[in-house]
Amino acid sequence: MALLEIKNLVKAFGGLKAVNDITFHVEEGEIFGLIGPNGSGKTTTFNCINNYYPITSGDVLFKGKSIKGLKTHKVCHLGIGRTFQVVKPLARMTVLENVTASAFCRVNTIREAQNEALELLEFTNLTGEKDKQAKSLPIGGRKRLEIARALATKPELLLLDETAAGLNPSELDEAIELIRKIRDNGITILIIEHIMKVIMTISDRIHAINFGQTIASGTPEEVANNKAVIEAYLGGEYVKD
Amino acid sequence: MTKKNLALIILGVVLLVFPLVVRSDYYQHLVILAFIWVMIGSSWNLLAGYTGQVSFGHAMFFGVGAYTAGIFATKLGMSAWWGMAFGGIVALLIGLFVGWVCFRLRGPYFALATLAGGEIFRLIATNWESLTEGMVGILIIQTFRSKLPYYYLALLLAFACVYVIHLIMKSKWGYYFVSIREDQDAAESLGINTTLYKSVSLMVSSFFTGMAGAFYMNYMAFIDPEVVFSLHYISIMAILVGIVGGVGTIMGPAVGAFVMVGVQETFRSAFFGLAPKWISQGHAMVFGLLVVFVIMFLANGIVGDWSKIKRHVFRIKPSSI
Repeated sequence: MALLEIKNLVKAFGGLKAVNDITFHVEEGEIFGLIGPNGSGKTTTFNCINNYYPITSGDVLFKGKSIKGLKTHKVCHLGIGRTFQVVKPLARMTVLENVTASAFCRVNTIREAQNEALELLEFTNLTGEKDKQAKSLPIGGRKRLEIARALATKPELLLLDETAAGLNPSELDEAIELIRKIRDNGITILIIEHIMKVIMTISDRIHAINFGQTIASGTPEEVANNKAVIEAYLGGEYVKD
Repeated sequence: MTKKNLALIILGVVLLVFPLVVRSDYYQHLVILAFIWVMIGSSWNLLAGYTGQVSFGHAMFFGVGAYTAGIFATKLGMSAWWGMAFGGIVALLIGLFVGWVCFRLRGPYFALATLAGGEIFRLIATNWESLTEGMVGILIIQTFRSKLPYYYLALLLAFACVYVIHLIMKSKWGYYFVSIREDQDAAESLGINTTLYKSVSLMVSSFFTGMAGAFYMNYMAFIDPEVVFSLHYISIMAILVGIVGGVGTIMGPAVGAFVMVGVQETFRSAFFGLAPKWISQGHAMVFGLLVVFVIMFLANGIVGDWSKIKRHVFRIKPSSI
């Protein structure tokens, strides 16, 4: 049984179908990449999974059970964590408080939550920043804070939305390293990414969408050589016959 | 012992011996009023300052608490002190209902809904004469002649209110409240049931405000709708106490309460009779100027910007610790 199954997902905003009949599944323990040009419906798919938007039609199954219509916070309690593309640090809280607040998802005492948070700050290399206000972090730190916070909810499935966007080359390598470490800890990852270096090196399988519809699916090599994908990213003239 | 703890202990001792040293009923009365405002301001601050849900209608809870105590005395023939327990609970239930209706609204819409809510309760209290005596108001007989029992009870209530809020803010609830203030969407995705915790915050806030109202009934022995459901004297004053003292700080509303009661009384009494009488008309304007000053120069209130005040007013350089 797949950990996450997306079945014929449709999300319409009025007449615009941002996601139009997408089907894929994520196996336990893999890193699954979701790619597509800007506006192709990747983030919308995420927002449908944790029910930030209600689904128009189709279904989302987590561990075989439909999570359609569940409140966002319940989806989190079931074991799906997420980060935001446009980072949402809890600005006037310290870095440690950000992660502690999130750790309360699974524990009830301040001491447990704080210990949990300190471990995750170590893991995401933010220990030195723990007493700074979240708003004072540079973008790289904010992205890692997003990850630490999502991990604090102890997810089985982690949705990463463009975690590597805006990072410099050395930060990119660290990000790749971090994502691998997370997977090695037994957390399945569904990742949206534009930076090919990242998505092609870490993904086990990739699903490509454009205009809300699936255009390719398979291993990184297969997807990279797929005509429809090259056409979508580079234009028809780059497709080799 | 840290400097802060020492300061708090000194403050506690001063407040405990104050009425034994200052025997004047008038000054004791002012401090009792300030204690009531500590409760209202701290409660408002829990909801608005920490949870980010600005209420323009805290008079609703204050008035409901006061009327619960009053009605216990006039209609049920029981002591108005029973209202101390039930006033808070009735206000809490009203809070639960207001939250259920209003927390579907975000930001300014919530504020406007509470503004309307406060006015609705004022009109109910004015018109439901068989229960509330309408504009005539409710008059009871004070239990104590001396101010002392009231003083110590108010001190205990104010202390309990501030301390409970302090404990809440160090717990899971506190972290959740501030997360909601900072970003509701992020909070929701971190597994926080934002609607539930906003309601929890509102209920705690309305409970203490209702209790303050019930105490007010017992202490003042007279209430009418224009006093306890007043937009100007209760709802807006609650906001001023919070803003002047420091929104989102534990001690802020406590400090704000003393400052605001002090300023209000100084003007109302025309500088204790030293200035010409017409000055007393100016207290609303002075409130306005005070708020403008605080927002421009001390955006985080007296407590929130204490380090700034020390630096500029007392010329104390920030220590290197």
